[in-house]
Amino acid sequence: MTTIQKLFTLFFTIILISCGGKKEKEEGGFSYEKKSTTETTSTAPEVKIPASQKITLSDKGVGPVTSLELPAEINTEMAAHGADIYTKMCTACHRPDKKFIGPAPKGIFERRSPEWIMNMILNPENMIQNNQEAKELLAEFNGAPMANQNLTMEEARAVLEYFRTLK
Amino acid sequence: MKKLFNSTIGFIIIALVFTSCNNGESKSNSALSSNVAEKVYVAPGQHDEFYAFISGGFSGQLSVYGLPSGRLFKVIPVFSQDAEKAWGYNEETKPMLNTSHGFIPWDDSHHPDISQTAGKLDGRYIYINANNTPRIAKIDLTTFETTEIIEIPNSAGNHSSSFVTENTEYVVAGTRFSVPIPQRDMSIKDYKGNFKGSLSFLKVNPENGEMAIKFQILMPGFDYDLSHPGRGKSHGWFFFTTYNTEEANSLLEVNASQNDKDFIAAINWKKIEEYVNNGGGTKMPTNYAHNLYSDETHTATSTMINEVLTVNPLDVPGAVYFLPTPKSPHGCDVDPTGEYIVGNGKLSANLTVHSFTKMLDAIENKKFDGEAYGIPILKFEDVLAGSVEQPGLGPLHTEFDGKGNAYTTFFISSEVVKWKLGTWEVLDRKPTYYSVGHLMIPGGNSAEPFGKYVVAMNKITKDRYLPTGPEVTQSAQLYDISGDKMELLLDFPTIGEPHYAAGCPASLIEANSKKLYKLEENTHPYAAKSDADTKVVRKGNEVHVQMTMIRSHFSPDNIEGIKVGDKVYFHVTNLEQDYDVPHGIAMIGANTSELLIMPGQTETFVWEPKQVGVWPFYCTDFCSALHQEMQGYVRVSPASSNIELSWSLGDDF
Repeated sequence: MTTIQKLFTLFFTIILISCGGKKEKEEGGFSYEKKSTTETTSTAPEVKIPASQKITLSDKGVGPVTSLELPAEINTEMAAHGADIYTKMCTACHRPDKKFIGPAPKGIFERRSPEWIMNMILNPENMIQNNQEAKELLAEFNGAPMANQNLTMEEARAVLEYFRTLK
Repeated sequence: MKKLFNSTIGFIIIALVFTSCNNGESKSNSALSSNVAEKVYVAPGQHDEFYAFISGGFSGQLSVYGLPSGRLFKVIPVFSQDAEKAWGYNEETKPMLNTSHGFIPWDDSHHPDISQTAGKLDGRYIYINANNTPRIAKIDLTTFETTEIIEIPNSAGNHSSSFVTENTEYVVAGTRFSVPIPQRDMSIKDYKGNFKGSLSFLKVNPENGEMAIKFQILMPGFDYDLSHPGRGKSHGWFFFTTYNTEEANSLLEVNASQNDKDFIAAINWKKIEEYVNNGGGTKMPTNYAHNLYSDETHTATSTMINEVLTVNPLDVPGAVYFLPTPKSPHGCDVDPTGEYIVGNGKLSANLTVHSFTKMLDAIENKKFDGEAYGIPILKFEDVLAGSVEQPGLGPLHTEFDGKGNAYTTFFISSEVVKWKLGTWEVLDRKPTYYSVGHLMIPGGNSAEPFGKYVVAMNKITKDRYLPTGPEVTQSAQLYDISGDKMELLLDFPTIGEPHYAAGCPASLIEANSKKLYKLEENTHPYAAKSDADTKVVRKGNEVHVQMTMIRSHFSPDNIEGIKVGDKVYFHVTNLEQDYDVPHGIAMIGANTSELLIMPGQTETFVWEPKQVGVWPFYCTDFCSALHQEMQGYVRVSPASSNIELSWSLGDDF
């Protein structure tokens, strides 16, 4: 071997060692701690009064409805339309007057704002992640998430009017 | 001096080592391989640029991949039962597999073709042929579901199919095997001169893509192998390769390779359409099934049709000609301009390209070289545009990049060869691993190809992947063809057998992809569209359960009053109205598959309980945190029992 050949051998050996070492480092580089941080954030908050009985009238929830004034009189035509939609889209999980898979809508205006109800119908995935009451309800109701039935704004509003008739 | 020289070199080398390892952090290291990886890397959450629809060959299905990643998205069940999706198992889709031979659970799916408008892919439908029991299916690209299957009578080995004309006026289906037409009891040895080959033209309804057989041309008894439409200047013509012009009925391996030249049949379908529209043709009694699936009833219906219009080509002068083409041509490919017709003579040393302009001239000036069963044979030299000289061994199929180049697969020499239209010179060649059959450039069979990638579909993969016993994976390969030279980017496994493919930009389809079925549009006769509709009804030994499902319960979930010997129909409606929330259902001991029901859809399975007991059913598709709780029971009593039907959910009923 000439000196130059030796040097080239050395050169490639160093490259192999140095690059091989780097590879090993990459492979060992998964994060164990990262996983545990996400776990700790997902623990449910402690609840004393059940979420379904809490009164949070000032909470408007998260979603497309930020402000909704209800007229004094119930629009009976709209309520009838809402009852029809409710029967088709909601009764798989909700009875009007008693707890089923989810809570009963009867008396809901004593506890929740119209905006909150609308947002729960229209934006449930977001609500159960970002709204405290919705999160607590999810826990109270066994982890059964409110399904998004893709109601239009108009349909959700009609269902809301129907809820006003439940006394 | 020498010492100084050595130490200088030593310094440089050390410096290089550090430099190279520093560069290891950046993209410039190992430039070649990382570049290739980047070209096929689609980051998590990102979408591919193209859809590739690769037929399943002998699996009978159509698979959907993304390009350039090669990721598999869906296997669309077409001609074969698929237990995963209950295709051909549930009551709704069984009629889709009905034929004049009865229910057929399998076929061999070959050549998908995407619908076109003005010669360009429009991304509405895919048509695909069943080779064995001749049928054509339509797949709706809003739902990625098979919504129509039509049987082709008087056909056998439906191979030169299912290619569309440039405005999807027709889907064309040609027979590979010639047979007696109509079928009859006769000696096989009397094939020659007596058997016929049918070429069927299926008119497409522009509103909904539905097919109806408009006419069948009864051709001489050759094998019609592949076909492609004319486009642009040659729109109105259709071209079919033939082999076995010897009309051999045995040992075709030898006997069908005797003639130096077979033919490409050129069919002026516009002329025949006009003839038929003016009352031409002969109605022939036959029997074939036309099966349609409705997205409203979520149910298929099968209708038997007992007549087909046949056309004798000799009755329409000027409509059919033969172009001599060397040695059992396979692929029959028309370039984006419509001028060149490539005959991939699979036993020929050269690749033959015909000129449409010269063909018209030869017809006009009657440059004939005899006739075959009364059909004029055009003079080879007078229709030939040129030959690609000795490009490889065993040419099968050619596609085009829209930039004046053609890409041909060679099965025997296992390679893709790029050559130039007009000059016929070979520009590049790349090996495939191994034994490539067909290839696909997205839009490669249209006026506007998207010449960025070519997919090669291989027949043999032996050492390319980890072995899996005698049966190894099926595979395709992706090449970058955007530069002068092709570059192999990716091997990706596929479902068996990756026979043929069609591809298009994702943007043509993505936005139209349906997210769910609307409950209010569900007109299934046994749909339960809310809890109020759920019920269990007895009709003699038949019991119909109208059930709903939503996260995470069935309604009803307790049923009593079923008896041994009953035939229980579970009609199950998914009440969800949200994207990507299907539910499944399976019943212990049911002699069928699970159901996989999309939001808003109703499906039905039949259960015939044979044993007394209390038997559970459950949701098969993980649907929520309470998926494991999504279950129910059916009580089965002895046949003599008097227990009334009852059903419930919770304490509510």
